[in-house]
Amino acid sequence: MRNLLEVNNLTTYFKSNKGLIKAVDGINFTVSSREILAIVGESGCGKSVTAKTILGLIGQKKNEIIGGEVLFKGENLLTKNYREMQQIRGKEISTVFQDPMTSLNPLHKVGQQIAEVLTIHEQISRQAARKQAINILTKVGIPSAASRAEQYPHQFSGGMRQRAIIAMALVCRPDLLIADEPTTALDVTIQAQILDLLQDLRHELKTAIIMITHDLGVVAEISDTVAVMYAGHLVEKAPVKLLFAEARHPYTKGLLNSIPRPGSRKKLEPIPGQPPDLHNLKTGCNFADRCPSVMAKCRQQSPLLKKIAPDHQAACWLYEEER
Amino acid sequence: MWRYITKRILIAIPVLIGISIVAFFLIRLVPGDTVTALLGANYNQEQAAALRADYGLDKPLITQYLIWVKNLLKGDFGHSFFTNQAVSSSIMERLPVTFELMIMSFIYCLLIAIPLGAVASLKKNSLLDYLATIFGLLGVSIPNFWLATILILVFSLHMGWFPSGGFVSFFADPIANLRYMFLPSIALGASVGAVVMRMTRSSMLEILKQDYIEMARAKGVSQKILIISHALKNALIPVITVLGIQMGYLLGGSVIIEQIFSLPGIGRLALQAITNRDYILMQGSILFVAAGFVIINLLVDLIYALINPQIRY
Ligand SMILES: Nc1ncnc2c1ncn2[C@@H]1O[C@H](COP(=O)(O)OP(=O)(O)O)[C@@H](O)[C@H]1O
Ligand SMILES: [Mg+2]
Repeated sequence: MRNLLEVNNLTTYFKSNKGLIKAVDGINFTVSSREILAIVGESGCGKSVTAKTILGLIGQKKNEIIGGEVLFKGENLLTKNYREMQQIRGKEISTVFQDPMTSLNPLHKVGQQIAEVLTIHEQISRQAARKQAINILTKVGIPSAASRAEQYPHQFSGGMRQRAIIAMALVCRPDLLIADEPTTALDVTIQAQILDLLQDLRHELKTAIIMITHDLGVVAEISDTVAVMYAGHLVEKAPVKLLFAEARHPYTKGLLNSIPRPGSRKKLEPIPGQPPDLHNLKTGCNFADRCPSVMAKCRQQSPLLKKIAPDHQAACWLYEEER
Repeated sequence: MWRYITKRILIAIPVLIGISIVAFFLIRLVPGDTVTALLGANYNQEQAAALRADYGLDKPLITQYLIWVKNLLKGDFGHSFFTNQAVSSSIMERLPVTFELMIMSFIYCLLIAIPLGAVASLKKNSLLDYLATIFGLLGVSIPNFWLATILILVFSLHMGWFPSGGFVSFFADPIANLRYMFLPSIALGASVGAVVMRMTRSSMLEILKQDYIEMARAKGVSQKILIISHALKNALIPVITVLGIQMGYLLGGSVIIEQIFSLPGIGRLALQAITNRDYILMQGSILFVAAGFVIINLLVDLIYALINPQIRY
């Protein structure tokens, strides 16, 4: 499989008056076409910043310092200007954000907001765009879509809004969808429906998905590959089954121990402590202070993400000898 | 919608009754009355008593008020004690001047203040933003009569670009009319423009932080459409509210501005009526201005509902 997206050594720093915030600090991953990659991690670890940097939504302001490469179909997105990115966003790479209550413009009709994507990216009449908007609303499971399209966001429930936003993201049949915690703000039953919907649509539209989440349940349900993120670094990456069966990084293990598993009578053990302050990082591994297997070396140098087994990568000094 | 309009008009009735009472009794608290003002130095008891009987001023106050209201309901605003001209026709004669003054001040808000506020928010902390902030602070803190005086000193007396006062009808000579109205409308509109500019700026800054703006970017919306259709439209909702409130300020300010620039508008009419204790004229013009304010507020609320779909009447 050819890589659709290749992220090489991506860094996103923010200058602030408290100092440099290293929100994303040298991450590497690839997404092949039709793959679902989950990026999982506690809130504040830099998941959304990663997504927005890939889309070019971060990097325009003076205090935002970006490094590395984001190769999409072989072209580096980070060197493109706003106009060039405009043609890619919404057409080839689209997005679903976390909060459906705030992601739609309250003053525009829902149908109009979907049709807008089409009129930007395709030579299409207003009527045709409107018709297509209604079609895709039906496809994402909105009943009586024609009349719903004429309504405003406040007339939609949270789940309906997220469906409409997914419709908006997929109406131009993008190659890559970045879904940033698309189910976090929804009720559990609605969450499951939205995940099902995303899976159905990806089979039909053949879209690759980067699924950003802090919820391992979502990861298990939907993804092919999992990348675990901690304080701006990727700490482990493996196919989903392998990761759940044989997690190697102490942080990943901690995450898995902190969620209930069916059939298991083991007591849940939350990871002690808090994630570090991103603008006040010590040298060494960012996880050292919370790590049960911390060694002297961990405080001196930060480990890099390296292959520890076939298809399995981890950034941890524990596995240095195995290489 | 129509139900809402009817309701608003019905609510306006007690407001107007209240204003009619205040206008009626307030002017009568001022020492001296129409007759003393009319007779001036030639004041003597018999003549005064005769005139008072003539105008009905010898009747009890309540009776006078009720007679006035009864005539109002018949559409009769009464006649000026001084000129004997019908109050309604004096008002209609003066109305276009005040109206034009307000419209021109209002246009500054639309053409200068709102774009300036929007640009200042987009270029936050730039030189232009600082200039806009200075303009805003000056506009809010400088009293309009002082600004009017300075404008006259600089642009008419010193530079001689604009006349210092007077009026020509727009239909008689549009160019001359605009030259007469230019300085007054700036003096009147500056502070409202400043308030609107600052409101637009802060409202835009708030909107630009919203998720749906980021979402629009993620859809590939161009910068221009993003600003106009996704940000400015939303940012204008609170600005419209402020504009509605400021219209009352424009009406009040026009009294002073018309006086300074000798514009024959309603404000000046009311002021003359007060000086002359011309009760009927003064009551009529105050009531008229109040009704105008009620109508403007209703219009603002309707426009508000038009752009904000979350409000349905
Ligand atoms: N525009 C910004 N300026 C400064 N710091 C930011 C900015 N955006 C995000 N951050 C910081 O970057 C870190 C990662 O944030 P984010 O990617 O949103 O976390 P999450 O993994 O929960 O999505 C957080 O500490 C956040 O405070
Ligand atoms: Mg996030």
